[in-house]
Amino acid sequence: MVAHAEHIPHRSGLAAFIARWTLTTNHKEIGSLYLWFAFTMFFVGGAFAMGIRLELFMPGIQLVDPSFYNQLVTMHGLIMVFGAVMPAFVGLANWQIPLMIGAPDMALPRLNNFSFWILPFAFTMLLSSFFMEGGAPNFGWTFYAPLSTTYGPDSTDFFIFGVHMMGISSVLGSINVMVTIFNLRTPGMKLMEMPLFVWTWLITAFLLITAMPVLAGVVTMMLTDRHFGTSFFSADGGGDPLIFQHVFWFFGHPEVYIMILPGFGIASQIIPTFARKRLFGYNSMVYATVSIAFLSYIVWGHHMFAVGMPLWVEMTFMICTMLIAVPTGVKVFNWTATMWRGAMTFETPMLFAIAFVILFTIGGFSGLMLAIVPADFQYHDTYFVVAHFHYVLYPGAIFGTMAAVYYWLPKWSGHMYDERLGKIHFWTAVIAVNLTFFPMHFSGLAGMPRRIVDYSLQFADFNMVSSIGAGLLGLTQLFFLYIVIKTIRGGEPATDKVWESAEGLEWTIPSPAPLHTFETPPAWPIANVGEHQEDSV
Amino acid sequence: MSEAPRYYVPHTSKWPIIGSSSLFVAAFGTASFIQGDNDWVFYTGLGLLVFMMFGWFRDVVAESVNGMMSGLMDVSYRQSMAWFIVSEVFFFGAFFGALFYARVVSVPWLAGSSNNLLTHTILHPNFADTWPLFMTPGGTETEAMGAWGLPFINTLILVTSSVTVTFAHWALKKSERIVAGAWLALTVGLGTAFLILQVVEYMHAFSELGLSLGSGIYGSTFFLLTGFHGFHVTMGTIMLAVMLLRIFSGHFTKDHHFAFEATSWYWHFVDVVWLFLFTFVYWF
Ligand code: HEM
Ligand SMILES: [Cu+2]
Repeated sequence: MVAHAEHIPHRSGLAAFIARWTLTTNHKEIGSLYLWFAFTMFFVGGAFAMGIRLELFMPGIQLVDPSFYNQLVTMHGLIMVFGAVMPAFVGLANWQIPLMIGAPDMALPRLNNFSFWILPFAFTMLLSSFFMEGGAPNFGWTFYAPLSTTYGPDSTDFFIFGVHMMGISSVLGSINVMVTIFNLRTPGMKLMEMPLFVWTWLITAFLLITAMPVLAGVVTMMLTDRHFGTSFFSADGGGDPLIFQHVFWFFGHPEVYIMILPGFGIASQIIPTFARKRLFGYNSMVYATVSIAFLSYIVWGHHMFAVGMPLWVEMTFMICTMLIAVPTGVKVFNWTATMWRGAMTFETPMLFAIAFVILFTIGGFSGLMLAIVPADFQYHDTYFVVAHFHYVLYPGAIFGTMAAVYYWLPKWSGHMYDERLGKIHFWTAVIAVNLTFFPMHFSGLAGMPRRIVDYSLQFADFNMVSSIGAGLLGLTQLFFLYIVIKTIRGGEPATDKVWESAEGLEWTIPSPAPLHTFETPPAWPIANVGEHQEDSV
Repeated sequence: MSEAPRYYVPHTSKWPIIGSSSLFVAAFGTASFIQGDNDWVFYTGLGLLVFMMFGWFRDVVAESVNGMMSGLMDVSYRQSMAWFIVSEVFFFGAFFGALFYARVVSVPWLAGSSNNLLTHTILHPNFADTWPLFMTPGGTETEAMGAWGLPFINTLILVTSSVTVTFAHWALKKSERIVAGAWLALTVGLGTAFLILQVVEYMHAFSELGLSLGSGIYGSTFFLLTGFHGFHVTMGTIMLAVMLLRIFSGHFTKDHHFAFEATSWYWHFVDVVWLFLFTFVYWF
């Protein structure tokens, strides 16, 4: 039993609505807040992307002037990374982790509210920079010094404090996730029995707790270099702009894994359900995740091959980077082996999960190409890099999130989504993603630089295809919004189990999930586990 | 299977939203303040933050005093504090990283080592690789802060304070409230002494050594590292003082004093950071 508020004050209408969402300490409500916030930011960042792609539709400068183009590119990246992908994953963590480990809520419910509500404020501040004199930040999402120090617009300071706020939010949110997982598992659930989504989030939280403070450190150095006369990034004072890059990427590379590990977890939940088999190689999945996280701390230099480092340093970073392909390969192998001879069906979450595996792997391969030092001298700062990270992020992080939403939305809302619409969404999205990002490999290999408003004529065709794909991709997201709203408002009632052979504690509670669940810890192991799923061969 | 109540889930709370909005005001205020706009937004934000922390902690303290904190909750708080300290370690790590990079790479490179001879001879032929960096490539000069004067005294002070806070803890575990209070008061005193000496040291740096934030990478790393550390000591001292007040208000018991323990962990952490600072910023 859990002690609850005896007195929730009675308010009416709008006041009640505001009070409910601003004061809530409930993990499900906060999870929904995170998800809706991320979705909103996804559209904002998406609108910037539409601006970019419209401008690049044809060679020449048509729509926006170059300085505004730079602002669009910068804000697109920042909003998508910090405003869309990360909060979406935290939203999923909030909803699912307590349900999957049988906890009554997150370990620190008030802190949870705090972590969330920092975000809308931080992004208000960041977005307000568009209206400031000198415009929004224009130095790319990686904000290299001296572009962001000596040459940064005034709004850079608001950007810096915005980053600080996001950092606080992420660190506190991750502490909450860590503690929930370590401390609130239902009695008897061992670490090595946790669902993989929980495992991957545990590792993600660790990465966040250690990486975000480093980001805070680097923006602080930026601030003092800008205003207080320090010379961290200025050779004139004995510092070095490369200090910026090293510190930034020490954060930056773990950050990219922060944006993919929960996706790994999601795929590992969904694929067994629809292949009707146990996940192949659970233990190796866990170890692979841990080794990826470990390696992610010692590969940051692969973003800096072209800036000039001693040969042995370049070689070390190259080899460590390539090593990551090993645990990543283990994962892809395990997902494939899980599907091998499974009784597969292809509901929308499964489709997204399979696309995740295939397309993410393409991104992994282009990553391997970029990890080769001499090759990277050619590829660096071209559209090939853009193609690489969009392949890991779009079909990785975004498709992962969408798969998760289709998979768990029936549990959250109590309604099944419309399978036909879901499939249409999936197929248009897959086509559009490839149409948008695949040509970028070619233009990049042919030498088209990234982050430039114009390009030479030989890249025209590739860019037009990308822009058409991007427009379509934008439309599919509106369609997704429609499907989600339609599902929340009605639809065929979902059963408790939702999916025929889904396993895990979250499927033992009613659909829709009541506001408070597992006030008494559920029994573990769940009775008749493995009734539907066969063991792997 | 069920022990009741297993875990206390607090009812809705107004403090987090007050906290996030005051954080916004404070952040916005700082950014405008730095750009030379007026400063009242910043102070308002800061005031609101203090008010929020006060209110929030008061609620938590009340819960703990009313025995709503189950053993599980206690563990949650402990683990959170531990992870929070981990994140702080990495925050300092960023600045230590910059320090090491400057010392091992950027300063030698500017002085022509590795394959940078041309840069050196053409851009700043007079620049020499020394640490502390007495003269920057741009020509700014400074003197170095020695290790064995005030900084060493401060080291002794901080190490001693780590011991006294542990004595306070032992006394608390034996329910010897007065003794615990005395040791804790001594710790607060040592923390304050440290801070005062730090101010004296800074004044010495500014007025006699010509060492400031503007004196190149040496000054930058020196002041940011010692400055953030000093900020943490300030926070720690305030926290210790609050614990002292709570001991006098009869708060903790011999096996329920998480807030005290968290504060002392924090204090030890600040101490360890100082040892690294002393070694790499002042000594070597
Ligand atoms: C097998 C795994 C991977 C390898 C070997 C790899 C390798 C690389 C390399 C070498 C670069 C630098 C390219 C350059 O700037 O010249 C790069 C850039 C990038 N990667 Fe990966 N990567 C991998 C996986 C991922 C994943 C999983 C993500 C995110 C989910 C990711 C996101 C990014 C991003 C965002 C950038 C560009 C950063 C920027 O300059 O803006 N990568 N990757
Ligand atoms: Cu990387």
